[in-house]
Amino acid sequence: MSATYDLYQEQILDHYKHPRNKGPLPGATLNAKDSNPLCGDEVILHLNLDGSHRISEVRFEGQGCAISQASASILTTMLKGLPRAEVEALNQDALLKKLGIPLSVVRLKCALLSHHVLRLAIGDKKADRA
Amino acid sequence: MAKPAKVLLNVPAIKADFPILQRKVHDRRLVYLDSAATSQKPRQVIDATSDFYARYNANVHRAIYELGEEATREYEGAREKIAAFIRAKSPNEIVFTKSTTESLNVVAYGYGLKGKLQPGDEIVGTVMEHHSNHVPWHFVKDHKGAVLKYVDVTDEGTLRMEQYDELLTKRTKIVTVALCSNVLGTINPVKEIAKRAHEVGAVCVVDAAQAAPHMSIDVQDLDVDFLAFSGHKMLGPTGIGVLYGKPEALEATEPLLGGGEMIREVHLGRASWNDVPYRFEGGTPNIAGAIGLGVAADYLTKLGMDAVRAHEMEITQYALEKFERLQGVKTYGPKDVKKKAGVLAFTIDNAHPHDVASILDVEGICIRSGHHCAQPLMERFDLPATARASFYVYNDLEDVDALVAGIKRVQEVFA
Repeated sequence: MSATYDLYQEQILDHYKHPRNKGPLPGATLNAKDSNPLCGDEVILHLNLDGSHRISEVRFEGQGCAISQASASILTTMLKGLPRAEVEALNQDALLKKLGIPLSVVRLKCALLSHHVLRLAIGDKKADRA
Repeated sequence: MAKPAKVLLNVPAIKADFPILQRKVHDRRLVYLDSAATSQKPRQVIDATSDFYARYNANVHRAIYELGEEATREYEGAREKIAAFIRAKSPNEIVFTKSTTESLNVVAYGYGLKGKLQPGDEIVGTVMEHHSNHVPWHFVKDHKGAVLKYVDVTDEGTLRMEQYDELLTKRTKIVTVALCSNVLGTINPVKEIAKRAHEVGAVCVVDAAQAAPHMSIDVQDLDVDFLAFSGHKMLGPTGIGVLYGKPEALEATEPLLGGGEMIREVHLGRASWNDVPYRFEGGTPNIAGAIGLGVAADYLTKLGMDAVRAHEMEITQYALEKFERLQGVKTYGPKDVKKKAGVLAFTIDNAHPHDVASILDVEGICIRSGHHCAQPLMERFDLPATARASFYVYNDLEDVDALVAGIKRVQEVFA
């Protein structure tokens, strides 16, 4: 296929249509929510840590474009079982690499919304507006 | 499919006037369907602005030399053209601003905030306004204690006119409304609304950003007090806008920008104002922009605004019929093109508007996606966002066909 569909590769569409770890997680210890006012994309992230500070449970909720929602779904698959220190070290590039799609400046905001919510969830004071 | 043979505008000749339409996007023919955001510019307008800089660049109204005379003549000539374009009585009723937004802010600030309004006075708007006709009135509420009221829309997307019966009172001082919605395309009965406003002693302020480029406007027939529009949506340059005001309305308006040009006399600590419209044009104006806008008005006048409107009605009708046959696609706003301009908001099941726009982009098709700076209206229809195609003089039925084919591609991707 042409350039079209660089953005909408199988992995992205698969995660958009069949999101992993989607739904509420009542009583989760870490929760955060943010939206992209330009698009109306919204991502809510719920995390539970176990006794050894690893992510034992992760869920997301949200609505929005395929890029924002697939990104959130992919992020959750990256988080499960990760020690807190590695979650804190997980940077934007790691997520973008996993997405593996070319992104314009505008669409980058969609792709990184879930990462920003993760930073908010783990209490990163520097998590200002993405 | 066979195309209707009706020729209202010579679109191939028009397309040839627009250099940008000769370029390709992603190796595809450029199909520009976002004129409601900004229109493309014909060679005539581009040349007129560059000609100003190349041949007679000088400041207006002051220079006592030939270049300054020429610049002033062309700038004031543009004012005359715009007055004629909307059938104002006099060029003195035309204020050049930078945009519709600035025009509406001049009225909200100068007539509302600093003008006659008293705390508790009421401003009646509508839920279908663009943010630029919401937020300036918020300032008047916040800083003057004005009360804001809004007329709702029907599910079809037309104003619930009967609500004016209860919303308009002796306390109503300003009634404001878009002549044409930038999302629904609804053309509002502004003449009737202005009449109702005047019956309670209020002024009528009209946002004509989406109307001025697309239909004939007669401010005397509409009998509105203020009317705002932008150059860049009507084939003109960016950074130039217009505020029309009746003389008595402009006289009752305090200037927003203090500085050069807008004064008669300045002393330490005090100044007196220049006459309207110059009172509202503090600072060196966008001279090239105004001249370019004048040429854009010439271009549209030559096509004939009634022909422009008829052309867009034909394209919109064709698009509505095509969309009607698309499964899983919903359109918003009136279905009757007599009530609707060439603005078509739509959503596709299972595809977010941003994804729709991204996929159409790869097909060379430019549409808008998002809330279109009309969040209160989106809330009214409980929509986070929509896609929006909008049509203009350089669009034809083939462009609609390209859009429909693109939508089918979107549906394949998100099937």
